[in-house]
Amino acid sequence: MMKRVSAFLIFALLGALLAACGAPAAPTPTVAPTTPPTEATAAPAPTTPPPAGGMTGVIKIATQSPLSGPQAALGVGIRNGAELGLEQLGKILTDMGFTVELAPFDDQAKPEVGSANAKNIISDNDILCLVGHLNSGVALASLPDYQAASLVMVSPANTNPKITESGYPNAFRIVGRDDVQGAVGEEFARTELKINSVYIIHDKTDYGQGVAEFFRQNAEKNGIQVLGFEGTEEQSVFDSILTPIQAANPDLIYFGGIYNQAAPLFKQARDRGITAAFLGPDGLDSPDLLKVAGDAVKGMYYTSVAAPVSQFPDAAKFAEDYQAKYNEAAPPFSAQAYDAMGICLQAIAKAAETANGKPTRAQVLEAMKTLGAYKGITGTYEFNAKGDPVKATYFVLQVSTEAGDPAEVWNKNAVVKRLEIAAP
Amino acid sequence: MAVEATTGAELVLTRRSFRSFMSDVFGPLLQVFLFVIGSAVVLGGIVILLAVALRGARTDIDLLQGTITILPQVIIDGMVRGFLYATIALGYTMVYGVLEFINFAHGEIFMVGAFTGAFFSAALAASGMLTTLNPVLFVIAAVLLGMAVSGLLAMSVERVAYRPLRGAPRLVPLISAIGVSLVLQDVMRMIAVNTGLGFNAQFRTPDLGQPLVLAQMPISDERTIPVSIDSRSLIFIVVAILMLIGLNYLVNITKLGKAIRAVAQDRPTASLMGIDVNRVIALTFLIGGALGGAAGILFGMRVGTINPYVGFLPGLKAFTAAVLGGIGNITGAMVGGIVLGFLEAFVASYLSLFTRGQFSGASYADIVAFSILILILVFRPSGLLGEVVTQKV
Repeated sequence: MMKRVSAFLIFALLGALLAACGAPAAPTPTVAPTTPPTEATAAPAPTTPPPAGGMTGVIKIATQSPLSGPQAALGVGIRNGAELGLEQLGKILTDMGFTVELAPFDDQAKPEVGSANAKNIISDNDILCLVGHLNSGVALASLPDYQAASLVMVSPANTNPKITESGYPNAFRIVGRDDVQGAVGEEFARTELKINSVYIIHDKTDYGQGVAEFFRQNAEKNGIQVLGFEGTEEQSVFDSILTPIQAANPDLIYFGGIYNQAAPLFKQARDRGITAAFLGPDGLDSPDLLKVAGDAVKGMYYTSVAAPVSQFPDAAKFAEDYQAKYNEAAPPFSAQAYDAMGICLQAIAKAAETANGKPTRAQVLEAMKTLGAYKGITGTYEFNAKGDPVKATYFVLQVSTEAGDPAEVWNKNAVVKRLEIAAP
Repeated sequence: MAVEATTGAELVLTRRSFRSFMSDVFGPLLQVFLFVIGSAVVLGGIVILLAVALRGARTDIDLLQGTITILPQVIIDGMVRGFLYATIALGYTMVYGVLEFINFAHGEIFMVGAFTGAFFSAALAASGMLTTLNPVLFVIAAVLLGMAVSGLLAMSVERVAYRPLRGAPRLVPLISAIGVSLVLQDVMRMIAVNTGLGFNAQFRTPDLGQPLVLAQMPISDERTIPVSIDSRSLIFIVVAILMLIGLNYLVNITKLGKAIRAVAQDRPTASLMGIDVNRVIALTFLIGGALGGAAGILFGMRVGTINPYVGFLPGLKAFTAAVLGGIGNITGAMVGGIVLGFLEAFVASYLSLFTRGQFSGASYADIVAFSILILILVFRPSGLLGEVVTQKV
């Protein structure tokens, strides 16, 4: 009897707990613990007293990126880059008298999680700007919610054209676009790698399939034989994809997707004796590709919208600070996240001046549209009417063949080509 | 069975003729091989017929030649996939045999096995021994370690999450199993992420050699492509066959096997005959878990990188394989695994060829493979071997 009673108690307790957690919104938000507010106390004591008017209160800037799961290596980099940006550049707002906070969210690289988080984000009126996402598919799922609340999204990594082509007035990005990136990759394959045939594989996401489609369109237009075009969500066993590839014997395998799938695919292809060259977009830009695939990817090429941090002279200090604070080399897109944060802060500060107090989201969006050029550590950004940078930089990189710790070797990847291309 | 029971266990053990020994241990294996050959011949025939029928539809390439060129490689892929499902399916089917309960956490037991191997190889790599270690020794040590960890884990799961619920309605342990499965996934995720192994854990091995080239298939006048089996796949098949032989010996010859079969047949009566039912059930979990762990190790070794969710799909497919073969029947589980593996490999490799690249084989393989599976079950609801062999475990 006692046993039954105690079991009942446990269930009742669990039920109460669940009810408590589930009260505000149906999907449980996946908020990582908020970091303590960043104070500007390290800087000399404020010499100017807070100006009159309502320049007080908390301003939060949210990040959304995968902090857990297979793509966490890049997602955590985005969160950290933004955090560092807020610490070092947040002064512009704290000097006015505001308190600034970072609100990091984990979108798990899943559109449904991103969208649930978005509902959570817009319900917090202190959040005035958002840095994110890593995955275009997740950003596209969350954008309608941001738009409903006029929340500005500054993306450090989303390359799918739909982000800025779908008419969201609040969508901005500081990176290039996949239609251009696909074309850059195709041109490189045709003129430098001198390939005649290609087999294209993608991961069926908005991002991966998108860039693969652009590669295919350009390849067909320019006379490269496309031997296959396949999408797969497979994560580990690629036998049934590799057999037709082996029979088709292409000169090049183009993979549109993210490194966590690409690594085992490339590795198993080499294990099977497939000798085709590999090429892929910026989704491959992670040391984990090298860590998992090893020799199979050494010397391979990939296109990117974000070169390694070492390629930006202005980002040297950022790389040092990142290493010191997080005890690892700054991963790709972290420096872009730093700049995205800088742009958010600049826009909020401008809106605060105009409003002479804590601005609304709509005012931040207005300020964003008339921001002008912003000089960051990875370049100078100015947005066109769609939210694309007026000119974006595209890179072709080659994976270093050196031995050593993949995280360090990855930063030695060489830039083979650097192109400045205006947004279409 | 009834006759044997009256003669007494000891007597049967000592007096068993060589012939019956061979037929008990290798008979099921023969059946599995027949299904391997049968599946290869039937499916191979179907694709060749299809290729001939559709020959006019594609003018850009020679469909028949394309079909035949990759056929040997597809058969090898199907076999590897089939043995993977077969080794996992054994765990489902043994537990179902004794408890009539579907252990949905078995896919995670498999995943834990794979991670054990990844930790083992990472530890070896850290001490610098990985490259110098004899590959055969490495495989044996890794498989045994994976078997021990997964077997003990399966046994503890039974003790903690299933045994207390044995008298409960059948749905209750099932829900408990799903709970265990989610817990194991996320606990492993927590461990992997926080120990430096990472979410995408790398399974390193000593140099296991180049792929074994079995033949060269001509694709044009001057070019050929190799039909190869990679050494890891070969290891997978060899170890899987050894495990199947061992399991058949254990279940059909030893006293423990007899006890397991007795519990499967009639639990109350078995306990009246002096069989410790709880012990037998625990050992069944140990054996099933060990087989799953070994499969996990071999799987990890073959694919090179694993993550905490890697057990879900193979687990689901293996469960399907167990049902396809006739759940509760050991030979059936192996046969079901083989048939499912072949179906998937064929559909995945040929779908895009036959639909002129309209449909990607890899993404839609499940539609065709599982439609065929539903058809088989409609006509044979008790599974492929459900009626032929009545012996249950």
